[in-house]
Amino acid sequence: MKSLLFVAALAASFAAWGQDTIKIGLITALSGQSARAGEAITRGMVIAIDELNARGGVLGKKFELVRRDDEATPAKGVIAARELLFKEKVAVLFGGLDTPVSLAIVPIINESKIPFMGPWAAGTPITKNGSKDNYAFRVSSVDEIVDKAMLQYSQNTFKAKNCGMILVNNPWGESNEKGLTAALNAKGMKAAGIEKFEGNDVDVVPQLTRLKNAGADCLFLVGNVGPSAQVVKSLDRMGWKPPIVSHWGPAGGRFTELAGPSAPSVHFVQTYSFFGKLSPVGDKVLKALMAKYPDIKGPGDVTPAVGVANAYDAMMLTALAIQAAGKLDGPAVRDGYYKIGKYEGLIKTYNKPFTPQVHDAVNENDYVWTQFIDNQILPVGMKK
Amino acid sequence: MLASAILTGLGLGSMYGLLALGFYITYAVSSTVNFAQGSSMMLGAVFAYAFAVKLGWPLLPAMALALALCAAYGVLVELVAVRPFARRGSNAWLMATVALGIVADNTVLFTFGKEPRGFPMLTSGSLQLAGINLSYLQLAIPAVGLSLAAALHVFSKRFIYGKALQAVVQNPDAARLMGINVPLVICAAYAASTLLAGVAGIMIAPLANVHSDMGTLFGLKAFAVAILGGLTSAWGVMLAGLLFGVAEALITSFLGSAYTQILSFTLVIVALALMPNGLFGRAAVKKV
Repeated sequence: MKSLLFVAALAASFAAWGQDTIKIGLITALSGQSARAGEAITRGMVIAIDELNARGGVLGKKFELVRRDDEATPAKGVIAARELLFKEKVAVLFGGLDTPVSLAIVPIINESKIPFMGPWAAGTPITKNGSKDNYAFRVSSVDEIVDKAMLQYSQNTFKAKNCGMILVNNPWGESNEKGLTAALNAKGMKAAGIEKFEGNDVDVVPQLTRLKNAGADCLFLVGNVGPSAQVVKSLDRMGWKPPIVSHWGPAGGRFTELAGPSAPSVHFVQTYSFFGKLSPVGDKVLKALMAKYPDIKGPGDVTPAVGVANAYDAMMLTALAIQAAGKLDGPAVRDGYYKIGKYEGLIKTYNKPFTPQVHDAVNENDYVWTQFIDNQILPVGMKK
Repeated sequence: MLASAILTGLGLGSMYGLLALGFYITYAVSSTVNFAQGSSMMLGAVFAYAFAVKLGWPLLPAMALALALCAAYGVLVELVAVRPFARRGSNAWLMATVALGIVADNTVLFTFGKEPRGFPMLTSGSLQLAGINLSYLQLAIPAVGLSLAAALHVFSKRFIYGKALQAVVQNPDAARLMGINVPLVICAAYAASTLLAGVAGIMIAPLANVHSDMGTLFGLKAFAVAILGGLTSAWGVMLAGLLFGVAEALITSFLGSAYTQILSFTLVIVALALMPNGLFGRAAVKKV
């Protein structure tokens, strides 16, 4: 079976070379609760592809983006992955924001030997997947690193001593349970409690009451936009206002509308913000976004910024990898990622971002803490 | 923690009960149910959102029209997905009602949109009771649920149309001979069933978010509640809803969320194993 997949992938690589364009696949949620996040990833990639194509592309070919909606469902993501890999013959496949979907796609990627790039999903096992031949790369945050940063932020900002976890009941929640527990253990601490909730739970009051009674003085929240909003609304009903330090789930949609007036109480991690003084690359990308998308009038309209920024840098690094590979053969492009040297990107200036041991280009030094003010994501404390 | 869990459970449980009452009403008069009752609940929330938020109408007329449309949807369910099959003695209405629910969910997905939306709070403010913070909506939900169950009870006992409903329940052939329009009564039962689901949808919408599949899990739990209560007892169904909601909240509060679904549905199985006709149902009398 594995050899059959490899032969199919090899054939796909040759077929990809015969194409007029270099197809880049994207599988993400383009509908449902996180549709905005999928749109942000798309926009980041489109701006990068436009810039690359304006320069003549890579290896004499222009880039073409092929998108599929996974509806945040692993089964649909797997079907779309097979279609993009073996029918559309993409050179590199980009994933979306749902860790369960990316985790379902990664084994296919590793067997077919075509690189995968994650611009959003933060689950640790996506890139640390245990495969000897690992084709999964990421330009995004990583749960185990974010979890350390969440603990550090809760201690520095809120002087928290006894945080409780409220986590969505899926592989992403599990990944962060492990990461947060490890971060706490490393400092000789324990969680006040660990509670899970379903993505479509109406009321999270019982779980939060357990954490409150356990003496939690702060909450670690992990969930996408809808579930995170349910936690905030349940806290409102309880009249309990603990500091909330969150993974970046709330960034993926209409969080203020769904969570109500307490939305700003959630401080969440991001890898980039278009507010404040921008680097020359930041200026260039913001101008390109405003020129291409009429709904973007300023930095506040680039929502969620993290999707745009990660996807832009990931696409630029992918182009450098293909350039370094000199061909569209999967293993060669994978090795091309290792050959990337210095690149001045949006999030930071990358210097040898990938090695055979490190497939994550972004680390804890690149995080920004943010909150929703109205419907805009601003760095914590910054006024509109 | 106990009082807080009970109040949370009563709120959710009364919504399960309202949906389950819809199963009771149609089963009692026609031995059929709308298996996509969750979709009816979702329609109530989506219609109310469209009128109150999108069109900016005041809440009362928005909710009234939303409920009228829910009732109209119930008529459609009966005419399209139940009557043609029940008339031929076929059980295909089981699948037809599920299919119509899927059609409704997907129609909403493509018209209302794919993103969940926030519904404005129906009541604002809260009060402190025995150290527990209670929002008015938390108090209103069980109050509305129980009031509607009581109103249904009074309607079926005291009003002429309610008595017609009872007559159809007891003996459809005799009711027909007495001049009662049995198909119309069944149709009205479906309208009442989806209207109750619509009320549940509107009450839940401010607590949850409005989206096309918001009723799916609720519909499933409500069916479990209807079976648990015994499909032949209105009060039984409502009480089973409250019991199920409180059991869920207590399990989550005292044992943790990991056990909620496992234990609550295990309790349903144990209860049905011990009392096959449900907690409050009666065994059908077989005349030989």
